Formats: sequence, C-alpha cells, structure tokens
Amino acid sequence: MEESLFIPREVTTDENFAPGHRACIGCGEALAVRLVCKALGKNVIIVTATGCIEIISSLLPKTSWRVPWIHTIFENVGAVVSGIESAYKARIRKGKIPPKGVKFVGFAGDGGTSDIGLQALSGAMERGHDFLYVCFDNEAYMNTGIQRSSATPYGAWTTTAPVGKKRPQGQMTWKKNMPDIAVAHRIPYVATASPAYPLDLMDKVRKGLDMEGPAYIHVFSPCPTGWRCRTDMAVELARLAVETGIFPLYEVINGEYHLSIDLPELKPVREYLKHQGRFKHLSDDMLEEIQTRVEEDYKRLRAKAVLD
Amino acid sequence: MGRIVGLEGSFAVAEAVRMVNADVIAAYPITPQTHIVERLAEMIADGELDAEFICVESEHSAMSACVGASAAGARVFTCSAGQGLELMHEVLYIPSSMRLPVVAVAANRALSAPLSVWCDHSDAMSLRDIGWIQMFAENNQQAFDLTVCAYRMAEEVLFPAMVHIDGFFISHVIEDMELPAEDEVRDFVPDYEHPFVLDPDKPVSMGCYAPPFIYPETKKAQEVAFEATKSKILATWDEFGRAFGRYYSPVELYRMEDARIALLVMGSFSETAMLAIDEMRDAGEAVGLIRLRLWRPFPFAELRAAVKDIELLVVLDRAISFGMGGPVCSEVRSALYNLADRIPIISFIGGLGGRDISIAEFKYMIKRAQERVKEAGMEGAEMPEMIGIRE
Repeated sequence: MEESLFIPREVTTDENFAPGHRACIGCGEALAVRLVCKALGKNVIIVTATGCIEIISSLLPKTSWRVPWIHTIFENVGAVVSGIESAYKARIRKGKIPPKGVKFVGFAGDGGTSDIGLQALSGAMERGHDFLYVCFDNEAYMNTGIQRSSATPYGAWTTTAPVGKKRPQGQMTWKKNMPDIAVAHRIPYVATASPAYPLDLMDKVRKGLDMEGPAYIHVFSPCPTGWRCRTDMAVELARLAVETGIFPLYEVINGEYHLSIDLPELKPVREYLKHQGRFKHLSDDMLEEIQTRVEEDYKRLRAKAVLD
Repeated sequence: MGRIVGLEGSFAVAEAVRMVNADVIAAYPITPQTHIVERLAEMIADGELDAEFICVESEHSAMSACVGASAAGARVFTCSAGQGLELMHEVLYIPSSMRLPVVAVAANRALSAPLSVWCDHSDAMSLRDIGWIQMFAENNQQAFDLTVCAYRMAEEVLFPAMVHIDGFFISHVIEDMELPAEDEVRDFVPDYEHPFVLDPDKPVSMGCYAPPFIYPETKKAQEVAFEATKSKILATWDEFGRAFGRYYSPVELYRMEDARIALLVMGSFSETAMLAIDEMRDAGEAVGLIRLRLWRPFPFAELRAAVKDIELLVVLDRAISFGMGGPVCSEVRSALYNLADRIPIISFIGGLGGRDISIAEFKYMIKRAQERVKEAGMEGAEMPEMIGIRE
C-alpha cells in the first residue's frame, strides 16, 4: 500500500455524518459512510439514493448530515448530482454566485448503483460531470429485507434467492462487476475500498474528489443483519474479503490498474465464508467453484495491473 | 417594444426560456417536443443563451437533473411529451413536494399502444395529481406568454409549473405572434433566490423520510400552500396583462353573454370551437364557449360563475379514462355537483391520437347534447360519446 495522505492523528475529529443515526448494530456501511465523510470535508454537497443510508440518517424532523444533503428517489443519483453540478457551473459562470470550490458527491447502495440506478449513473459518467460517486455495497437490498441484487455473490442466501428443498443453492448468478462497468466509461478515476483499510479508503475518496471529471469508488460494506453474522464482525469480514481475494483493493487511474495491496498468497475463501449464515448451506462443490472463480478473477486483475 | 413575428410554437417556447435567462436545461428528445430542445441547443451554441444543457439519457433523468439544479438555486427548464412524461412521472412529484420552482412544457401527445406521436391529452390527464401549477395554451402566443408567466408564478410561490401545448397543433405550427423585448420579459421575471439551497455555507437536509407520525402533516402543509398559489397566479396574470396587453384568467369565456348552452374545451381545439360558436350565433342560437386555461389548482369559483346562467354544459375531452369516461368532464361535474341548481353536463370524447375535429362536429356535439337531454333528462347526460369514430 502506498504511503497515505492521511495519518490517524490528522484525521479530523469532525463527524459530518453525525452519530445518533439509526443504523443496525455493527453496521459496516455506517462505518464506511462515516470514514468517507471525514475525507470529504465540509465543502461538499451529497446526493443519496433511497436505501439504508437515507433512512438511517434522515428521519423527519432530524438529520445526521452536517453538510448539505439531498435525497429524492431511488434510481436517479447520477442525474440529480448532474443537475447540481451544472447549476453551480452555470451560476458561477454567470456571476450569480462566487466560485467556492464546492464538490459534488453521490451515495447509493449496490441496488441503487448496479441495478435500478445504473442508467442514470452511466449517463452522468458518460457526460463527464465533475463528481464523485460512492457505491456502498452490502450485496443485497438490505433496507427492504435482504432481497438479492445483481451485486449479491454466488451462493449467498437472500429472501428472494432462498435456500429451498428443491433449489438449495441460494443466489445462482455471479456478482456484477460494477467497477469494471465504471472503467468502461473511461472516466479518470475508479477504485475499490474497504472500511477495514480506513486510511486507504480516505485516500481514495480524496483522490476521487480532487480528480477533474467523474470518479467512482466501490466500497465494501458488510451487513451483519443481512449476512447473518456476529455484529462485531463487520471490520474483520471486510478484511477477510480482501485477504481471500474476494474483494481486491485497487485503483484505476486514467485506465491504468494499480493494486492497492498485492497479496502474494490468498487465504482460502472458506475463511471468509464460514462466519456468515448466508453461506452456511454451501456444498463442497460450490465452495470449490467459488474458490476457483476468485483465483481466476484475481489473476486476471493482477495481469491488468501496473506493478508499482 | 415588442414586434410581430411568424414563429413556430416550439420556437416561441424556446424564446421564452431564453428571455428569462434559464441557467440549466435538462431534456431528452421525444416527438413532438424536439423542436423546443433543438432550438435551445442552437441558442446555447450560438451564445444567445448562457445555460448548461444536460443531454440526459432519459426523461426520468431530465426531471431528476432539474430537481438537483433547482435545489442548487438554478432557474431550470425541461420539456417532454407522451411516453416521456410517463417515464418522468415518478420524479414529477418531487419538486412539488420539495417546493422547487421547476418549469416544464408538455407538448401533449397520445399514449401507446398503439404508438402515436400525435396530439391528445392522455399524457396530461395522467399528471393531474402531481401537485404542479398546470395551464393549457391554445395558440403560439399563449405558449410563449404562459411559459413566461410560469417562471414568475413558480418562483413566487415555490411550486413547479407546467404549460401544456398541444403537440403539432401548437408545437409545429407557425403563427404570427407578438414577441416582447427581452428587457421587458426580464423585468417581469427578475432574478430570484430560493430561500433554501444546497450550499455548504448553510447546510440543509432535503428530502428526508417521514413515518406516519409526520407524513400527513407534510401533505397538509403542501395542500395549504398549493391552494394559496391561486391568488399569486391571478396577480401574475393581472400584472402580465398590464405589462404586455394580453390578459389571462383561469376560465376564459367566448360569446357567453346570454348563452343558454356552453361548450367547454382545453387546448388548441378552442380556436376551431370558436368558429363553430360564431356560426351558431349567426344562426341565432344562444351558445358560448368556455376554455379552461388553469387546470391546477382547479378553478372552482370561476367555473361556477361561468355556468351560473346556462341550462346545458357540453364538455369535450381529448382523453379517455377507461370505464369512467372523459376525465375533464368528471372533474367539471364534481366541481358543479354541489350547486343548488344542477344542470345536465354532457360528455364527448374526441380528437384522440391527433384526429381532427371539424366545425361541423363541434356543432353536432351541441345539437346532440340537446337531443340527449330532451330524450332522457339528467339520465341522458350520463354516458360519454366518442365522436368522429368510423364504425
């Protein structure tokens, strides 16, 4: 891992995502949002999709947001952020407001990003608006009660990919590779990040924010409620996901892949899966399939990466 | 000083958006709205309008981008039609609930299936409950005037406003009209500052979520505020009349003096209907025309005043509510039901998917309505009749 822009002592004690919100106990996503907001600072406007982040933070008449924040509906974060960025651009150019270097940020979950919000996000990336988009991926529709999304991993139990008597596999499709989709738009910055690596995560947020044009960060966000694991395991699972190669950390800067951590040897995926009730039904065959797929994907990623 | 020009309806709308100096335009192309966005794109490319044009990837994103831009304090514009308004539908409730003065023009178009790019009011009727100020234009002059007024109204009351112009019949027709000077329009629609915008210097949270203990209060507040827009709408039209010499009102009357029978229409049909009324008046019949200019908030008082001396009201709908009849007619009936002296109201549906209605057919409707009441009294008024159908 490169030297960090942040060191623990210098990380702000400001909580722009204020405590007192209504996240479940042990929520990995709330932790990730908190870290992202520390890196964003105060001079930002945040747009949030409908989902866990929105409902835990904005129950009328209270709010957890100490920066300007807007939520409208589920699938339009890319478009709303485009509108805000364009409004600032036009109004500054026309002398209606002074230039203040305000940054524009979109937050959404995996459903709001890789399913229902994909079109609006793709449009915003293609048009080249100057914004940072952060996807908090907890691998299912957790807010509505653990339904599968296109980001749910192969084999995972969800309420709409149940483990049945006739069909005992759980999710039967492989996780959609959202960062690759972002890369395909040839935007200047794409990264994956994890709350288990907080300084790396904050570095990436800062880089994405400072980059001119669209930036996309995909943040792994363990969900004890939906993953059926102990509530003190979010950080540990986030770390194991990286160490097993299930969720590798990397950046794609102007199309060049850089591994944030290059692991000489991956831990077996079983080390990550065994803590989670959503995977407890997996057969040895399925475990083997997952192991093979993870190794292949990791190899492919390494092959693309520029070795620093 | 204004000047008389020959201008397509779409270009008239674009001129209004240029003259009010919009900051952000977000739109997706759909027939028959395309000439509006093409003209605006051209104006920006030629430096005649300083605005950001977001060529979004859908109507859903068009309205979403308008919501974002308006929340950031920009003066915004979008336009759409038919299927595009349907795709946009979900987002249309947002600016009205979040008090954002988005302005939009709808070039009214029929809904699929079968596919039709031509005019009717099916799209407009699906937007009745979105909480926007909504007005119907009947010609190019009004398309321009009402778009200018929409900005002034929306920004004063902090509600979105939509101007309906009939697809093709207004959007693609060239008419002569008076184009005011730009500085006159700018005086009428001055720069505005929304009291709450997305600004890091004054952080606000917008679009929070509301459980049952607070949701109904938010809706009550919205309804009270929306009802209160009426006086500002009237004041805007009054001031517009004094500035530009053209007066508008929620319910506009044509040859209604001593009329015993009235025909009620919305949109571009009214100009043909006027010719029918003229011919019938020449033949000595006491008929008149009522044009609904303001659709939301619904002009109850003005409508009641308009019909107080007539014996029969004929309503022409350019849309159909399946299993229910004409949507405008059912609203008109509901508005007049509580009157002590109820009159028969006869419903006709016509002009769907761009079909024309001739002067003769307008005259037929008035005649046919009289027959039906004569035959069966109030009961004869119940069922709608579709006109101009080849059986």
